[in-house]
Amino acid sequence: MSTPAYNFAYLDEQTKRMIRRAILKAIAIPGYQVPFASREMPMPYGWGTGGVQVTAAILGPNDVLKVIDQGSDDTTNAISIRKFFAKTAGVATTTSTTDATVIQTRHRIPEAPLHAGQVLVYQVPIPEPLRFLEPRETETRRMHALAEYGLMHVKLYEDIARFGHIATAYAYPVKVNARYVMDPSPTPKFDNPKMDNCAALQLFGAGREKRIYAIPPYTKVVSLDFEDHPFTRYRFDAPCALCGAEEAYLDEIVTDDSGGRMFVCSDTDFCERRQAAGHRGLESAAPHKERAHG
Amino acid sequence: MYVAVKGGERAIENAHRLLAHERRGDRDIPEISLSQISEQLTLAVDRVMSEGSLYDRELASLAVKQARGDLIEAIFLVRAFRATLPRFGATEPVDTGKMMVRRRISSTFKDLPGGQILGPTFDYTHRLLDPQLTEEFLPELPATSDAPWAATPRVTDILGRDGLIEPSPQTDPDAAVGDLTREPLSFPADRDLRLQNLARADEGFLLAMGYSTQRGYGRNHPFAGEIRIGDVEVEFLAEDVGFAVPLGMIAMTECQMVNQLKGSATETPCFTRGYGLAFGQSERKTMSMALVDRALRANELGEEVLAPAQDEEFVMSHSDNVQATGFVEHLKLPHYVDFQSELGLLRKLRKEFAERADADPLQEAAE
Repeated sequence: MSTPAYNFAYLDEQTKRMIRRAILKAIAIPGYQVPFASREMPMPYGWGTGGVQVTAAILGPNDVLKVIDQGSDDTTNAISIRKFFAKTAGVATTTSTTDATVIQTRHRIPEAPLHAGQVLVYQVPIPEPLRFLEPRETETRRMHALAEYGLMHVKLYEDIARFGHIATAYAYPVKVNARYVMDPSPTPKFDNPKMDNCAALQLFGAGREKRIYAIPPYTKVVSLDFEDHPFTRYRFDAPCALCGAEEAYLDEIVTDDSGGRMFVCSDTDFCERRQAAGHRGLESAAPHKERAHG
Repeated sequence: MYVAVKGGERAIENAHRLLAHERRGDRDIPEISLSQISEQLTLAVDRVMSEGSLYDRELASLAVKQARGDLIEAIFLVRAFRATLPRFGATEPVDTGKMMVRRRISSTFKDLPGGQILGPTFDYTHRLLDPQLTEEFLPELPATSDAPWAATPRVTDILGRDGLIEPSPQTDPDAAVGDLTREPLSFPADRDLRLQNLARADEGFLLAMGYSTQRGYGRNHPFAGEIRIGDVEVEFLAEDVGFAVPLGMIAMTECQMVNQLKGSATETPCFTRGYGLAFGQSERKTMSMALVDRALRANELGEEVLAPAQDEEFVMSHSDNVQATGFVEHLKLPHYVDFQSELGLLRKLRKEFAERADADPLQEAAE
């Protein structure tokens, strides 16, 4: 039996070249979904195979990789993907948003501002923002080609008519570079403004759906809204219980079975740095006992 | 107090260790070998090779063992390995007309050149649990005869000679063969990609889709023209020497369905084709595939597309069990960030609703 031997960052160079071509095309047409010949990866579809392929294609030996899931470096899937690249590419890994050159994420954009030269790689389950309005790919591609986005505005309007608000809390659609309506992946809409005019390159990989799209640095990204119902970020009533952050996305932790709750930063690196800098919330929590790696 | 789940790294390691232990089962019982799986769970290995798109009995057996008998997981293992292999090119089309048949039946003719050969089939067994198999049991050796091997022409070729069935579509022999593992699928897809998709498709999904056409959802009046199982030679055109070089024999199952007539005032009526092909002995799979292939030709044959099995996007987008199981099972991953966002929205909507009700209790009653 042939013993498998794997290339740097797992994928063979031919596959990487194919993915890089798709990435370049995606950067050239911001927000446009570029089909690519996604491979079966050694983790299941839905676990971030698109993001993993994009990361594998762009990773170099000197890169420093950070992987987060739900904002945290310490969630099981983030650990699994970080270990995968530590093993197959031997690259340095970090939990620091600032130190990383490549950040692969699922469901969040880090709180700390990204800087030029960084790449944020999103894992995308359903790349098509119009999918739940029109299940057919042949139709949605035509709608994008004609920039025919009326259906999406009707959906948002119907939300307002029924609920008084646009009832989309995550994967909130955006328009990129005043042309393509794009799905930001299932990040909470709280994160949407961070995509606008971002200094870092943002790449989106959808493995099962075989699509790659991109937002080049300093690109205009607008969350869809109406003049009389402008886009608003979800606001938390309380600051982070650990670091006191007022402007961060919080996780709700159920502390007991009688309604006890506490709210803490979802971005663990952001929270730990604030605590290390002396910021305190109302709860005096012990620092995280186990670091994500090392 | 901070109770969020931490320590994921150690948890994963321990879970994998436990998994390996559970896979092994009771350590007092001898470990199952790859050759035992390959020889005695033949049809499981065939399915893993077919849907894994890799003809390698040993690797497929390893996958079945590693996956603890979960065939979709085994298919996934094989696919992930296959994705890392370099692709040299495409073989010449295999000639199933020259198959060394072990089983060959036709439901459309009582007898035909080459005969009806039952071969190793469950078909006429009584499904009674066999107590003999609870212990080691050596069955009788199979019956043999000296019958010389004769050509077994395909039923569709016999029908085709008189023009009773539409000819197989002729493709440009120099045209590149489509490969959806190397080029992303786009719709409408050509039949080569459709057949590739169906050959890799989940057997259960195809079975249900094919079954639905028999129950009226895209009915196409099928007859099992022929099912043949056996070994075919695989040849690869070596550019250096300028001719096709045999690579070896592989076991395959082919099903050709003969389906309802087409024809019009200006076109001679004839039967239509549905095609199924898979590695190993995969009879249920190839029959289902042939039904679905025929259903998916609705557009081409000018039929109205009304049923799911006739809908190319629906069938092809949902037929792959590795994709399907991944996306269904990914719901196990944490989603608490999005859930939090929805929770916030829901609380806001409920609060506003309660405020409106408090402000004007009569209005709500009136509504």
